Amino acid sequence: MVELITFITLSVVTLVSAILVITRRNAVHSAIWLIVTLFTVGGIFLLQHAEFLFAVQIILYVGGIMVLFLFVVMLVDIDVALKQARFARQWLVALATSILLLAIVGYALYNHGQGLNLPARPMTSAPVQNTQAVGMALYQNYMLPVEIASVLLLVAMVGAVIMAKRKLQ
Amino acid sequence: MIPAEYYIFLGTGLFAIGVVGVLTRRNVLIILMSIELILNAVNINLMAFSQYFKSVDGQVFAIFVITDAAAEAAVGLGLIIALFRNKETVNADEIDLLKW
Repeated sequence: MVELITFITLSVVTLVSAILVITRRNAVHSAIWLIVTLFTVGGIFLLQHAEFLFAVQIILYVGGIMVLFLFVVMLVDIDVALKQARFARQWLVALATSILLLAIVGYALYNHGQGLNLPARPMTSAPVQNTQAVGMALYQNYMLPVEIASVLLLVAMVGAVIMAKRKLQ
Repeated sequence: MIPAEYYIFLGTGLFAIGVVGVLTRRNVLIILMSIELILNAVNINLMAFSQYFKSVDGQVFAIFVITDAAAEAAVGLGLIIALFRNKETVNADEIDLLKW
């Protein structure tokens, strides 16, 4: 019961702050509401017993990516953007398309009241120490993907530096 | 325990809000923020199935999604800075160099 109340509270805060992200005129306000959304998504990870992902979410998303976002928002000129129209001309079509998408996915998930028809849960107990289990999986079963992800981050770093440089020689 | 369906409905809602943001906003920065919302919706879904099947594989994939989000934010924000330096705008409607 407590779990359900926590889940509903976190979901409502997540969805409301996500709507505020896409409707605020000032990009700084959007960024701050996005931080709220990321915090509550982290809370949902905690509710799903993914403690390591909760820590990663807070440190990497809120601490890293959002600081980067706020820096760039303050580097580019926000005064001009404040005076312009917020939404593109096609906003009504876009909204209708998204609501249609939501309705189709919701109908597919509802599935005449049967839900997802997931296969039965395995009888094995979940690993108690989440961080240890994730670390073992990362460095044993998923060693090659981890290396590929590190190469991707290197490429992204070099690309960002080259793109933001003032002039190429 | 909360059923996996609830998490998936929440993920669908967050995904739809992100899609609305990408399609309707004109500010490129807020379009990038909407993409972060979409990636978070994916993470909620991965985590729901990871919890349901008592496996950490979904959490490992969520870590890769977060890595991708970081790479995408770095490259995207570098692009926005380069764009702002050349065209003095962050409005997606005015970025039409390739249109003819």
